[in-house]
Amino acid sequence: MITLLAEVKGPYIDWAPLSPDLAVTTGAVVVLMAGLLPGRTHRMLAPLLTLVTLGTVIGLAIWQWEPGDQGTLVSGALTSDTLSLAVTIIVCLTGIATVLLSWRSVVLHEVGGGEFYALLLSSVMGMMMLAGAENLVVLFVAFELLSIPLYVLCASRVRREPSLESGLKYLIVGSVGSATLLYGLAFVYGATGSTDFSKISDAIASEVGIGDPLMLIGVAFIATGLAFKASVAPFHTWTPDVYQGAPTPITAFMAVATKAAAFGVFLRLFVDALGSAQTNWAPALAALATITIIVGNVGALAQRSMKRLLAWSSVGQAGYLLAGVVVGTELGLQATMFYLAVYGLMNIAAFAVVIARERVHEAGDDIDALEHLGRTSPWLAWPMTIAMLSLAGFPATAGFIGKFYLIDTTVQGDYAWLGVMIVIGSIISLGYYLRVVAVMWLGAVDYEIVAPVRRRVARVGGWSPEADARAQPEVAFVAILTAAATIFFGIYPNPLFDAAVDVGSSLAHLF
Amino acid sequence: MTIHLSIILFLPLATGLIGAFLPRGLSRWVVLAGTIAVLAYWIAMVADFPRSGGGLQYVTQDMWIDELGISYALGVDGLNLFLIGLTAVLWVGATLAACFREWDRPRLFFFHMALAETAVLGAFMAQDLALFVVFFDLMLVPFYFLIGAWGEYRRVYSVTKLVIYTLAGSLLMLAGAVALGVLSGTNSGQEISFLFSDLQQRTLPEGTQNWIFWLFAIAFLVKMPAFPFHGWMPDGYRAAPIPVLIVFSGVLSKVGAYGFLRIVLPTMPDASVKFQEVLIIVAVVSILYGSILAFSQDNARLVVGYSSVAQLGFITLGIFALDDKGAQGALLQMVTHGLVVAPLFYIIWVLSQRARGSELLSNMGGLAVRAPVLAGLFLVVTLATLAMPGSANFVGELLVLFGAFDSKLVYGIVASAGVALAAVYMIRFYQRSMHYRTGLEVASREMSLRDGLVLVPLVVVILALSVYPQLVLDRSEDATKGKIAPATEVANR
Repeated sequence: MITLLAEVKGPYIDWAPLSPDLAVTTGAVVVLMAGLLPGRTHRMLAPLLTLVTLGTVIGLAIWQWEPGDQGTLVSGALTSDTLSLAVTIIVCLTGIATVLLSWRSVVLHEVGGGEFYALLLSSVMGMMMLAGAENLVVLFVAFELLSIPLYVLCASRVRREPSLESGLKYLIVGSVGSATLLYGLAFVYGATGSTDFSKISDAIASEVGIGDPLMLIGVAFIATGLAFKASVAPFHTWTPDVYQGAPTPITAFMAVATKAAAFGVFLRLFVDALGSAQTNWAPALAALATITIIVGNVGALAQRSMKRLLAWSSVGQAGYLLAGVVVGTELGLQATMFYLAVYGLMNIAAFAVVIARERVHEAGDDIDALEHLGRTSPWLAWPMTIAMLSLAGFPATAGFIGKFYLIDTTVQGDYAWLGVMIVIGSIISLGYYLRVVAVMWLGAVDYEIVAPVRRRVARVGGWSPEADARAQPEVAFVAILTAAATIFFGIYPNPLFDAAVDVGSSLAHLF
Repeated sequence: MTIHLSIILFLPLATGLIGAFLPRGLSRWVVLAGTIAVLAYWIAMVADFPRSGGGLQYVTQDMWIDELGISYALGVDGLNLFLIGLTAVLWVGATLAACFREWDRPRLFFFHMALAETAVLGAFMAQDLALFVVFFDLMLVPFYFLIGAWGEYRRVYSVTKLVIYTLAGSLLMLAGAVALGVLSGTNSGQEISFLFSDLQQRTLPEGTQNWIFWLFAIAFLVKMPAFPFHGWMPDGYRAAPIPVLIVFSGVLSKVGAYGFLRIVLPTMPDASVKFQEVLIIVAVVSILYGSILAFSQDNARLVVGYSSVAQLGFITLGIFALDDKGAQGALLQMVTHGLVVAPLFYIIWVLSQRARGSELLSNMGGLAVRAPVLAGLFLVVTLATLAMPGSANFVGELLVLFGAFDSKLVYGIVASAGVALAAVYMIRFYQRSMHYRTGLEVASREMSLRDGLVLVPLVVVILALSVYPQLVLDRSEDATKGKIAPATEVANR
């Protein structure tokens, strides 16, 4: 018996490239345990440990950063190449921002800090795995690992109805998306007889071909499933409702991190596994991208709630990102990753300002809460302005360079008309981005504006919501830092370009 | 003496940033000092500039974004030398005019003024298409705030309309610029480059040129504005505060015309010849439409605004005559029109202060009675605007018309009606405001010393240029010829 066991050899595992995943798993467990500590210690401990975990993961990811093809880990289940590491870094940075933004959030008093942060970390874990998946089964497991904690997090303001509604809505729509995805994965497995991306790619290139009906249905279902998660139209309808209802830090996390992970897997699956059939799926995705750009930007025009506005804007932005996937080239990969990074910066800046305002203003996340912000608190108004101008694609911001890169890609990939669609989308988007800027700076003032009283409110029983609401240096810090980075990368984008080129090399065997 | 263009370019922005952190009273003077320094530096540049045939001078060229092939390339030749000068002169005038008034949030106001100067200078100096697009779009940001936050009459509505109009054009141009750079690179099998010098050598096949041409043309025609794209102009001009309007109308409209000469004609000669007639029709319609509307407006700002539409029609006509004389005239006209528009708007401001803040001609009248100096300066500017023989504007318009006669006689004849119409609307404007029966609410008085500080230098520049237009013509001749040569070659083929 013992000799028999000895002969069963486990797969060879290279632990070093897996270290980011291990770190985040360990972190999630430790944070969950820390939440059980008695008294008030866990209030500080859980977020601190989360920050440490995310910082460690980023450090490990940078340590493992190696341009070029990396091969697979754990019998072809995962890979740790620059594409997955780039997504890891974006997701973890977003995670850090989320921790800071939720530091004094009311959410933490409704659910335990330990659970909240542990769920956040497990979602991060799912996103990291999703971007590194090299196998259909791993893909699905990661997809669920990403989603399920988010369903809970959306509903984490348990005493507020919209939050619960948001969680439920996300759960139902997300499950439909997952089911569609799973169905598609099964079809692809049926057509190719394999769950490994590399073998699927070989099968398409040799015997099966994309014309196979099983394959076609499978690819269509997979695209639909992923489109749900990336809020690509016409599968975006959940986005505004869920974004509005969820606690705002979680909305920011979903808007950036989920999108990064979804586009990471979009790129790997379509460019890598299905790359040889690019001519077949590209027109369909191009059509989706066009619809998304138009629907998202038009939908945002009539929004008053900033969270809904940013939700619709994120739909429009998903359309731009999808344009980079459509061309299916190395350049497309680079441009999409570049835009994802930039998109993260400007969105976090915008959400941070929304959070700062909704804590102190009775209008909440309504656009009215931003009125005269340029006068009352310019240190919040400038980051918001920069974020809006960057999202609209004004020059001297990173958003301009990102859009330039995407248009460049579409033109080189013979999809020049898609580049023009990006431009038309940006023109429509001016209608709402400029409105936000106008509310902050251009409002007519014919009365005395009372500056918010700056005072230190003593903590009562360890926690005073008012004191928390007023003292929000970390929120302003996140807003200013991300806005400054948006400007910095708009003027000196070369570091981001270097990273993007490294990411492009991760699928070098294809090009 | 070595001239560093980067210094001129970023000096205003630097002073604006410094001013933003200084006490309220001080920031304006810092920004003003910055604009004066730019002007001084420009004068040094003109003195140093070769009288004829110098080619591109003071070139600064570095790689900005390697992966996209975008360079940070600046340079000055005969084409942009005087437009940079126009920018420098008008910004001094406008900033000075602004300094004499109290503004709400002054640091922010002057910061935006300074940022705007940097953006405009950048658009004129850029020798790389992508860099040009960056500055061209960047211009809108400060003007959005300047008009939207400190404007008058329905400012938010007007500025939103203005920005959406012009940015729609700019963004289409962004797509066109990327397509031009990328396709000409792949077409010639070379590295992608957005340098004007490279783009000029790598011409695209005609079919590709045709659609890219329109992406650029719409952006530039909106910016000017030309006839069917001028919808933002009446609201925008009424909303803008006068110092802002001085530079907006005086300089920004020229960027569009400059773009045609710098980018469209050299890089897309086939399309330029193909659509020559369309653009000429746009130009002629703009001349007639602008002139007729200028004649029928009661609001003084709109008289000048619509006259600008007509004048920019002349400039477009000169450019698309695809003729040496026409292009030269167009360039001279850009400079002289900028120089006359600025004092005109300032005078409107002075007049409205004497007519209880009204800018309607029907509320003015008889203002010359106690203000002979103001009337004299206004008369000089009026005569220059209507292109009185002896003025530099006359030289410019004449050259434009000669160019048009040479290439498209019929359109030239129709356009020359515009010269007569200009006399009609400008004299009407002058008479209604300065002469006629004194308006009911009018309190005529001489202009103040401060007004003189703004107006007199501008009028002196107009007179100087009228005496010696060769200053511009000599130095720009080779450059304008070079820019239209590719198109004339195609036309003669």
